[in-house]
Amino acid sequence: MTEVYVVGVDMIKFGRFPDRSVPNIGAEAALMALDDAGLTIQDMQALYCGNLGQAGAMVGQRVLQEIGQTGIPVVNVANACATGATAFREGFMAIKAGVYDTVLAVGVEQMGKGLLGGGGGGSGIPTEGLLGSGTMPSVFAHVGMEHTRNYGTTFEQFAKVSVKNHHHSTLNPKAMYQIETPLQEVMGAEMISYPNTKLMCSVNVDGSAAAVLMSEKKVREKGLMSRAVRVRASAMTSDPYTPRNMVMPDFNAVTRLAAKAAYEQAGLGPEDVNLVELHDCFATAEIVHYENLGLCADGEGGRLIDEGVTALGGKVPVNVSGGLLSKGHPLGATGIANIYEITTHLRGEAGARQVEGARIGLTHVVGMGSACAIHVLEKVN
Amino acid sequence: MPEAEVAAKPLPVVPYLKIPEGADPYLEGYKCGACGEVFLGERLVCAACGARGKMAATKLADTGKLYNFTVVHRNFPGVPVPFISAIVDLDGGGTLKGNLVDIVPSVEAIKFDMPVKVVFRDAGRKDKDGNSYLAYFFTPAN
Repeated sequence: MTEVYVVGVDMIKFGRFPDRSVPNIGAEAALMALDDAGLTIQDMQALYCGNLGQAGAMVGQRVLQEIGQTGIPVVNVANACATGATAFREGFMAIKAGVYDTVLAVGVEQMGKGLLGGGGGGSGIPTEGLLGSGTMPSVFAHVGMEHTRNYGTTFEQFAKVSVKNHHHSTLNPKAMYQIETPLQEVMGAEMISYPNTKLMCSVNVDGSAAAVLMSEKKVREKGLMSRAVRVRASAMTSDPYTPRNMVMPDFNAVTRLAAKAAYEQAGLGPEDVNLVELHDCFATAEIVHYENLGLCADGEGGRLIDEGVTALGGKVPVNVSGGLLSKGHPLGATGIANIYEITTHLRGEAGARQVEGARIGLTHVVGMGSACAIHVLEKVN
Repeated sequence: MPEAEVAAKPLPVVPYLKIPEGADPYLEGYKCGACGEVFLGERLVCAACGARGKMAATKLADTGKLYNFTVVHRNFPGVPVPFISAIVDLDGGGTLKGNLVDIVPSVEAIKFDMPVKVVFRDAGRKDKDGNSYLAYFFTPAN
């Protein structure tokens, strides 16, 4: 099977664009990714488009209506917060299978403000706040509290994740926010669901990201190897059965299964990874995913954040982009935006936030329901 | 427009809350005869082992231990806060999410693994037709 490369990738600066349409926002990133590759829409053999909010509204085709209706096949995908990564992976697999040489993957989302989740089940009255809480901050508060239960992880340790990622975002001009948030400010912010304060919740923003994927033969033919990044693994899982999963979504088992598959496919281990963009939808999530991705032993997630191991300059920087916490989390775009971030570092083009000497990077997203996608990317030159 | 009929008795807030005639309400689970896993509510196939035709209804215990909790301070408009969202492992199998009540909603007051009891009370909410609902809650057991 052919190797698959990212030859063009970009994202728009995340923000709020209530006056624009979803396809219009997606089209902007698509054109940026094509420009990054030095290619045109006529070079693309298929489009994989990820969007959640308008799943069922043919967003991919409407993107093409904005950038060129060449008649190529379009696959629209929706997979919760793994939507963008799923679109990317579908493109990867089509090239692996030898069906196409060059495809475009786009992730786009337009979000409202406010709490997500907390839907009411099938009964005649809403059950949020009556049968516990299903809002996203609460779901991920339970994730953090399970870690506290098992390992004594503290409110302060969770809060430090937010301090770190907000700091990282001050170096990323494409992040929604570039604002330092000291520990006292994070811990003193409005408590949403303990231990997640408002500054420990990801930002609902609009955004898009896109990538051009290509087979090895085509990369050589087009002379694009100098800035190409190899996709060394693409792994995806659904949630395996665990006893509390249907009541308390288990993001750990689904991530561990995907991580195992990704490391096996890549033929390397977590010790080989130079930087990680993982799914910090809430500060609590980042700590558990350190362990789920094998960046440390079980129970050591709190120590990792305390010792600065995952900060820029540390042994394995995590969410140097600012993460979902500060870069923002446009659901369908997130899983390609993190591929943009890793690719940019592997190309040595990340400017002030560059992870020096990065050769291997890992992206991780997990969507509730659940879907986990992990990609391992490798510097070629 | 004809008025909707209001049920004479409270309705169950979820399908797996059973309100038998002349007996106490209870929560219903389904247990897999192949692997022994217990689920909330009715299901045809075991999600744990995939066995078919092995699921049988079982009455879930009204006692358990607090596995996990969070104190919720911000919620949708109209939902009273703070409240405790609790995840309880029932004695004998089954895990349930609900509100932990009759205790101060502060992190200091609540202990992992504290024994709790499942109680059934009016939901305090009515549907658009005016029907009342019976809900389940957790209370500290001692």
